[in-house]
Amino acid sequence: MHICKFNHKLLGLLAIIFVLPFSLQAKVIKEERSLYRNIIVEDKGDIRCLKFSVKRNKSSQSCIDKSKPKALVFDYTKYVMSSLLFNPSPKRVLIIGLGGGTLSNSLLELFPEIVIDNVEIDPAVIRVALQYFDFKTTDNVKSHAQDGRIFIKRAKRKKQQYDLIILDAFNGEYIPEHLLTKEFLEETQSLLADDGVLVANTFSSSKLYHHETATYHAVFGDFYSLQKGYNQGNRVIMIPKIKPSNAELSQRLIKLEPRLADYNIKLMNMLAFLEIEKLPAEEYKVLTDQYSPANLL
Amino acid sequence: MNRTFHNYFIYLLAFSSGFSIMGIELLGGRILAPYFGSSVHVWGSIITVFMLSLSFGYLLGGRLSLSNPSLQRYGSIFLFAGLTLLPLAYFATPMLEFVFDNIEDSRYGSLVASMLLFFIPTIILGMISPYSVRLLVTSQAESGHVAGMLYFVSTLGSALGTLATSFYLVLWFEVNTIILSFCLLLMVLGTLAICLYKMEFKDAHMQIQS
Repeated sequence: MHICKFNHKLLGLLAIIFVLPFSLQAKVIKEERSLYRNIIVEDKGDIRCLKFSVKRNKSSQSCIDKSKPKALVFDYTKYVMSSLLFNPSPKRVLIIGLGGGTLSNSLLELFPEIVIDNVEIDPAVIRVALQYFDFKTTDNVKSHAQDGRIFIKRAKRKKQQYDLIILDAFNGEYIPEHLLTKEFLEETQSLLADDGVLVANTFSSSKLYHHETATYHAVFGDFYSLQKGYNQGNRVIMIPKIKPSNAELSQRLIKLEPRLADYNIKLMNMLAFLEIEKLPAEEYKVLTDQYSPANLL
Repeated sequence: MNRTFHNYFIYLLAFSSGFSIMGIELLGGRILAPYFGSSVHVWGSIITVFMLSLSFGYLLGGRLSLSNPSLQRYGSIFLFAGLTLLPLAYFATPMLEFVFDNIEDSRYGSLVASMLLFFIPTIILGMISPYSVRLLVTSQAESGHVAGMLYFVSTLGSALGTLATSFYLVLWFEVNTIILSFCLLLMVLGTLAICLYKMEFKDAHMQIQS
């Protein structure tokens, strides 16, 4: 009798040991080939991620939590959203680099009247975002399958203006070189409305980090940045056209904090990582259209 | 002038033209990227235009080698190639702006832009290979061997030009600096070829007189 009970417990334990990992193991639910890369949608428990596979490496581009659809999974998306401190009610937004469309969705939820242009070079990514990540498009929220640089150049010709521009076209391993040059940033700058904010999600290591700093500095001067630690993971650069005073910042913080809490963003904690980056003393070459070996550095 | 040296010199020139062609083709991607992106259709446009113009160049170079082939004319092809590359460094921006404003579709935009920028200089550069064969071949029996050797040397130049440009030159210099260096290289080599022709001509004249 005793032994039997023990066996049941053991069996239960064994079941937990063997079955649980399987239920939490990533399951590929969609594979899509595109002109640019292979796209994979992977489910792991409630977390669904969009991944680009390059050789054997898979890098998560975007994730959602199906049980908490509002919550942002990645730190960097929280960093990006905290840029609302610099413009708490953006009306026209430009996002370069779609991923799963999480940023676009969150902004639309927060500001139902918002106008968003999502620009994504890979039509397959747009398809996957719509189908598997609940990426919402409306009359005002659009997606454009185009190279970000071309979209920005054309928008400049049409004299379009945006309150918030999010550059999110970088991937840990690869940076489109023509999206990290002085000329590109100047074109982007020309699209910023008077109280506009530019937010760039960058992921730079090694020498490129300093060239990137020098390039942003050459165009914008000192800028804000959010990152967990020097040269660790993402650095989100934030450049408001008008720098808010500390009093304004704390006022906005009080208003925004409860709203952003739904998205798993602890705005107060974010502020601890916010710093102003000044031009470092060391000289690094500014990246330009003429000199842009971003992927060689 | 020594015949072996004369031939080595022609091989060197063929090598350099192969080096420059691929170096420039690679920079083409850089030049077009700010206007048309850097996706596969931009590379498709560039490669198409280079292949197309090289094929015309081969045809024209072969034709040109029929009448009075000489080192002097060979040298002037190099001078001309260098000259036609200059607008790439100085007028690429207004040309690209013009195409960008007039053609919405970036596929055809990049094709037209590559055509405007690279068609003529690459035709001229393409003329070098068949002309080199003409200068090197002295008998029918060795013609295949000479052509093989020439393809070897000029394609080796192309491989090294691609490698050097994509791995190192873009890391060290600006795009325009590299293009101007190719122009300079081609024009210096062209001038040398013409000088060599003059010297050989003088030598031959003296031999006849003595």
